[in-house]
Amino acid sequence: MSESTMPPPDRRPGPAERLREAVSNGRLTAALILLPPALVLFTLFVILPLGESGWYAFYDWNGYGTPEDFVGLQNFEQMFGHSVFSVAVGNTVKILVISLVVQMPLALLLALLVYRQTPTNAVFRLIFFVPYIMAEVAAGLIWSFVFDGNYGVTASIATTLGIDKFFILADRDLAFYAIMVVIVWKYFGFHMMIYIAALQGVPDDQIEAARIEGASRTQIVRHVQIPYIRPAIAVSAFFAIIGALQVFDIIIPLTNGGPSNQTHTIVTYLYEFGLTRLRIGFGSAVGVVLFIVAVLVAVFYQRLFMRKAAS
Amino acid sequence: MKLSATTAVAIALAATGAYAQQTEVNILRVQPGDEEEAFYAEVEAAYEAEHPDVDVVFEYIANEAYKSRLPTLLQSDARPDIFYSWGGETLREQAEAGFLQPIGDTVPEDVLSTFPEAALELYTVDDSLYGLPLYATEVIFWVNTDLTEEAGVDHTQIKTWDDFLSAVQTLKDAGVTPIIAGAQDKWPVHFYWSYLALREGGPDIITTAMSGDGDGFENEAFVAAGEDMVELVDLDPFQPGVMGTTYETASGMFADGMGAFHLMGDWDYLPMRGRATDGEGLSDDQLAIMPFPVIADPVAEGGAGATLGGINGWAVTADASPEAVDFLTFLLDRDNQETIAERGIFIPIVEGADQALTNPFFKQVAQDINQSTYHQVFLDQFLGASVGATVNDVSADLVAQATTPEEAASRVQEAWDFR
Repeated sequence: MSESTMPPPDRRPGPAERLREAVSNGRLTAALILLPPALVLFTLFVILPLGESGWYAFYDWNGYGTPEDFVGLQNFEQMFGHSVFSVAVGNTVKILVISLVVQMPLALLLALLVYRQTPTNAVFRLIFFVPYIMAEVAAGLIWSFVFDGNYGVTASIATTLGIDKFFILADRDLAFYAIMVVIVWKYFGFHMMIYIAALQGVPDDQIEAARIEGASRTQIVRHVQIPYIRPAIAVSAFFAIIGALQVFDIIIPLTNGGPSNQTHTIVTYLYEFGLTRLRIGFGSAVGVVLFIVAVLVAVFYQRLFMRKAAS
Repeated sequence: MKLSATTAVAIALAATGAYAQQTEVNILRVQPGDEEEAFYAEVEAAYEAEHPDVDVVFEYIANEAYKSRLPTLLQSDARPDIFYSWGGETLREQAEAGFLQPIGDTVPEDVLSTFPEAALELYTVDDSLYGLPLYATEVIFWVNTDLTEEAGVDHTQIKTWDDFLSAVQTLKDAGVTPIIAGAQDKWPVHFYWSYLALREGGPDIITTAMSGDGDGFENEAFVAAGEDMVELVDLDPFQPGVMGTTYETASGMFADGMGAFHLMGDWDYLPMRGRATDGEGLSDDQLAIMPFPVIADPVAEGGAGATLGGINGWAVTADASPEAVDFLTFLLDRDNQETIAERGIFIPIVEGADQALTNPFFKQVAQDINQSTYHQVFLDQFLGASVGATVNDVSADLVAQATTPEEAASRVQEAWDFR
């Protein structure tokens, strides 16, 4: 805040002078009035819990009373030695890959089809965007009905084709693929919207010029439109990565992490093994690891891609 | 006119005065069925009529939410005076953290004597009583007699695990799904592992393992229990998609007549009918209950007469008023508990109240529990949240054939060590 509102750098005022000026032009008063609410809320609900879980992570604590049983790094050792944690990390990586390799290209393709302002496109845009608007838990419940081999849509398919009933969510190997289908379905609309907004910003004369030069449709997409919307793609990939680290509420109604803990993500792992089992210390340790990963991703991604994309 | 105005003021003052003196007793319970909720409303009204200075407030929360909110609630100022409890390790953790109130001296002796010793034991931590038991449940096989008769199986003749396995095979050969189970929720299949461990290792196998004696949870009885379970799973006895079926769905499927056996608590009697597609389910004539089969040559003797189930009750928090304890004894007195039994809501624990039971299945269960040599509380409650969940995990993994009996036993031991 202060950086951008400072007087021009050539004057280089001293701190006392700057303070005096801030008081006289009312900027300080504004800061004193406007800053505390946000600062207090942020401290209470973000900074404080963060610090607290960093502290709990070193205790064996069941959530009752105050943590007393200091165990050093034991929670972390246990986590990294736990086979379900490896499964959860693997699943999170799978979601990440599927988001980048399937979901984003699909979103881009659809965006290219519907980005122009026409009434039909508006209808399709709405249809594609509906899954994203829907609450995660509701979407999970709908899909658990789709996948239900006894009463659901797959049951009707099996009956129609005259094959044995199949239960995707009950299958240790297939359940997570079903979840990834739901995730792609749920979030592609979001990425599509980002691309649509960006595509509408591509100057028409550029496309026109390319066409006059004899560029084909795919060439226009590859060499004009995609380079233009690169910053938007960088942003959408960033959301996809952070989103992959956070997947939780889709899984709970679909499989609750099962069968035999094969469909956990890092967050459902934290919830199941930290919170529902009342091992708050252990859960905090998982939270700390997740936080560090998220921060590293955010920082490095900004450094590596967002700057380059912006420049 | 003037007189009436003064009277009005006087009444108003008296009313505020009375209101100011009122003691509130807050009770938190997992959401019960409609009939039980109605019963509490009646008891509340009766008590408040006798004690105008006490305001009793019941609050209900859904099961899973209750379990996750309770620890936070107990640490806050909004903690209830009395809350619903499963006893066991969880109660111990709460007592050790100082959230509970010893009520052994507050509850009159003649009230205490109406409870069976073993049930009070569950609400006792280090010789202090922290709550009172409410009702007992037993896990039994619900049997769809239409289906067993159709396949030529006589469920009354199933005594041993081998009898049961051959009945499962007979049912399969007749094209009937032998067992319905809700393995997605895991706890419904932990009944198998728990019962088999009791049958294989004798009634004190769990407490022995908890104390660390006899190889703890890696005792050969637990491994044998896993092997017995594998024998069953190898027959492919469950409905298709068992790993993706929740308890609620399984309960409804059984009531819809889709399988012959369902290992579940007696509490499923009314709920399963509500979950049936036609809302009616199986009639009393189509239903039977069967105790869990025994093992012919167990690892250790004595487990044949043990039962598995729950003894649920109430715990009292640290700063609850004496009125709270008084209300609790009122709620649990013989007359009120007989009403519960007459209406078939549950099987009261207060001695003698079960005489009023009219439901044939509940009568049977009450008799089982009375005759039981040892009533083991559900392992997922008894062993505390973390170890309990591990027992659920390994049981589900055994059903999914994702683990071995040895590995299952050592995972439980590991969880116990890390508790």
